[in-house]
Amino acid sequence: MSQETKTFVVTRFDPDKDEVPKTQSYEIPVEGDWKILDALNYIKDEVDPTLSHRWSCRMAVCGSCGMNVNGEPKLTCKDPVSNYGDTVEVAPLSNFPVVRDLVVELEGFMEKFKAVKPWIVVAKERAVEEGTTRQSPDELADFKQFSMCINCMLCYAACPVVSNEPDFIGPAALALGHRYNQDTRDEGAPERNEIFRDEGGVFSCSFANECSEVCPKKVNPAGAIQQAKLRNVLDWAASFVVKRGGKES
Amino acid sequence: MVDVFRHDVVIVGGGGAGLRAAIAISEAQPGLSIALVSKVYPMRSHTVSAEGGAAAVAREDDSLEMHAYDTVKGSDFLGDQDVIQYFVEQAPKELTRLEHWGCPWSRNEDGTVSTRAFGGMTTKRTWFATDKVGFHMLHTLFQTSMKFGDIDRYDEHFVTKLLVDDGDCRGVAALDMRTGEMKAVLGRAVILATGGGGKVWPFTTNGNIKTGDGMALAYREGVALKDMEFVQYHPTGLPGTGILITEATRGEGGYLLNSEGERFLTTRDYGVGTKAELGPRDMISRAITQEIAAGRGVKVPGKIGQYSHLDLRHLGEEKIDSRLPFVRELSRTYANVDPVHEPIPIRPVLHYMMGGVDTDIDGATELGGLYAAGETACVSLNGANRLGSNSLTECLVFGARAGEHAVQYIQGAAAGDEARFVAQVEAEASRVEELRGRRRGGEKVSKVRESLNDAMEAGTGVYREQASMAKAVAAVAAVKASYEEVSLDDTSKVFNTELIAVLELANMLDVAETVATAAVNRKESRGAHACSDFPTRNDSEYLHHSLVHHTPEGPRFDKKDVTLGVWEPEERKY
Ligand SMILES: Cc1cc2nc3c(=O)[nH]c(=O)nc-3n(C[C@H](O)[C@H](O)[C@H](O)COP(=O)(O)OP(=O)(O)OC[C@H]3O[C@@H](n4cnc5c(N)ncnc54)[C@H](O)[C@@H]3O)c2cc1C
Ligand code: FES
Repeated sequence: MSQETKTFVVTRFDPDKDEVPKTQSYEIPVEGDWKILDALNYIKDEVDPTLSHRWSCRMAVCGSCGMNVNGEPKLTCKDPVSNYGDTVEVAPLSNFPVVRDLVVELEGFMEKFKAVKPWIVVAKERAVEEGTTRQSPDELADFKQFSMCINCMLCYAACPVVSNEPDFIGPAALALGHRYNQDTRDEGAPERNEIFRDEGGVFSCSFANECSEVCPKKVNPAGAIQQAKLRNVLDWAASFVVKRGGKES
Repeated sequence: MVDVFRHDVVIVGGGGAGLRAAIAISEAQPGLSIALVSKVYPMRSHTVSAEGGAAAVAREDDSLEMHAYDTVKGSDFLGDQDVIQYFVEQAPKELTRLEHWGCPWSRNEDGTVSTRAFGGMTTKRTWFATDKVGFHMLHTLFQTSMKFGDIDRYDEHFVTKLLVDDGDCRGVAALDMRTGEMKAVLGRAVILATGGGGKVWPFTTNGNIKTGDGMALAYREGVALKDMEFVQYHPTGLPGTGILITEATRGEGGYLLNSEGERFLTTRDYGVGTKAELGPRDMISRAITQEIAAGRGVKVPGKIGQYSHLDLRHLGEEKIDSRLPFVRELSRTYANVDPVHEPIPIRPVLHYMMGGVDTDIDGATELGGLYAAGETACVSLNGANRLGSNSLTECLVFGARAGEHAVQYIQGAAAGDEARFVAQVEAEASRVEELRGRRRGGEKVSKVRESLNDAMEAGTGVYREQASMAKAVAAVAAVKASYEEVSLDDTSKVFNTELIAVLELANMLDVAETVATAAVNRKESRGAHACSDFPTRNDSEYLHHSLVHHTPEGPRFDKKDVTLGVWEPEERKY
């Protein structure tokens, strides 16, 4: 049986040497059960050690290996080579500046991530001696899905709003903020909702749903943002009923 | 001139241990300036891949004493009992704190935190968040760390050297991967939280970044590595990739079967008694290896080696989806098997290093100002065999303790002569500059790494022999020599992953050298170190920790006492 080969057309860019990105083709033998990441690692190890890409866990949980494969954002350690024909294009994720080759700049995202206050906000921290908080399985289910994001950035690459409005906080970070708002242990919703209402917040989302479609972890950021919009409107309406600083439910 | 960055404490590593240390420092003395240096963004750290759970006493039918005894026995009496005592006491507090910080622990109907059974644990004491526990713990810690303003992150900075002057460690040399420039990151204490080194072996559950860097950094500065011969083979890795299928599968009731469909842990004597699938990992990995050697292995088309079957079918789809959804996803994606309908082929896979940088109970090393915590450290909690779900908790308990003690240490510590540290970083910058894209006669990085992997697999597997271990010592030395001839292609300064790989390879070589040296020196079988030529434990000669020091003439082997105190060694039978 002759070994199957495929040609990988990989975007290359070295800011030390190149004005603009170019592509380089590698024809390599592939195994039937390979993922796209296996092909890149084969190229790196056997053909061209100058290729730069991020990866670590190779089990779809560290979020390092997002790239555009044939134009679609994919988690490359989960994306089977067998889904593609003889030629496969691998490029850095869209909507991010490129550091080098397939490595994109994440600093902008890290700022947005922090902006939503992704931690439990409470007026007074609970003491360890008080033990664990009670939270029913249903209460957990209210936010669990939105806590599953691996920060792989596929949703930012897919989002039409991110590409037009660079200040848009974006799917993963908004979903994360919403995750904390939904958590019974958290009291930070009023602060986060102000951020959500601001420019670049939830109301910038046009509900294209692309983010949820590309999410490899089924986090459904589009759903989170819709819920967050609704909660915002309700909280805003409620603020007329209960005065600010008044009793919270 | 290199850029200089001044802090109070420098933490190397943004996994469970490093992040917990950072928070502990911020809480112990708000306002201290903390550098958190990591070669990947913290949420990429390999803690993220931990699946099954974190241990701490939580139930009425459990006690600290039981957790301590299970850990001592699991360690084959090589764990230090004072450390274990402290650990079990702190464990529930640490997991509770994580709960307060938002960790989505799975819940019982009444809203309390659920616990599950785990290998070698007498009762259900493993806290879990479905089967993505490390992921949730890491993200909770990382996100929580963001509310502390004094933690300055150096993401994607690779530490190449510890800065040591006059017997004190006062910072690190860090390569900014984005620019290729070397930085001096200074502090009056340094905490290594760099994780394990599973990539020294070819078939491992560990991710690409687990190259034992912190162990090598400390070793080169004269700090001993302890108990390096003890490496854990997890019984259940997927064919080909080595991706882990968590022990929680057995905690939830999964069976191990041989090619004849027999539950061999119940039908044959492998020392695990009625614990069966919930025996400790060292014993179960040996049982699988013996089953395969006896001709009862399962073959997987297109995959090297033979396997056993992990059968979850009787758990049913609902339980698998609610308790083990990630296992189902991993099995389908990486082994093309749906555990609801078929057994999963698995075999023992290199998973965890019990050994590491020798520290005392405070995480302090023999070098002034240098601390270590998490998998990179050997505080002697795990001895000769770690119990599953103790190590995530270890990262929290001893990450926090190292952080708190570093804070105490710096109160009286002088910053040292900055010029001398900067000079060290400049020398380091030249060394790395020379390495980048260097042309020599020899092989590619990937080939040398393969030779190393082969040598370690042959010499330090589930079962070892004197002859094969001695061969590994020689083979590692030969690979070290060939390292000097490695040729590099990538001359770019920006995100040069070939340069990182060659620096990591040097670290793995040092780690491998200590593992092989310690292994060949332990002529007994204890915990994960199963020596065919010396099949029994020998307390009269070997009830001690192994230390390996770096010297210009090669590794030097020493011993260190084990702290007993509560439980005297007895035969380890379940
Ligand atoms: C697949 C898998 C499943 C597991 N499941 C469980 C489980 O269910 N329960 C359990 O208790 N244990 C489990 N373990 C073990 C446990 O996850 C690890 O021991 C633990 O997470 C290690 O954490 P750490 O903080 O020490 O290191 P890591 O999380 O590995 O972090 C190391 C950090 O150091 C940084 N670093 C390393 N070298 C350098 C350098 N040169 N310069 C700068 N930064 C550097 C890295 O960037 C990273 O941030 C599992 C392990 C694996 C591999
Ligand atoms: S390598 Fe970790 S998600 Fe792909």
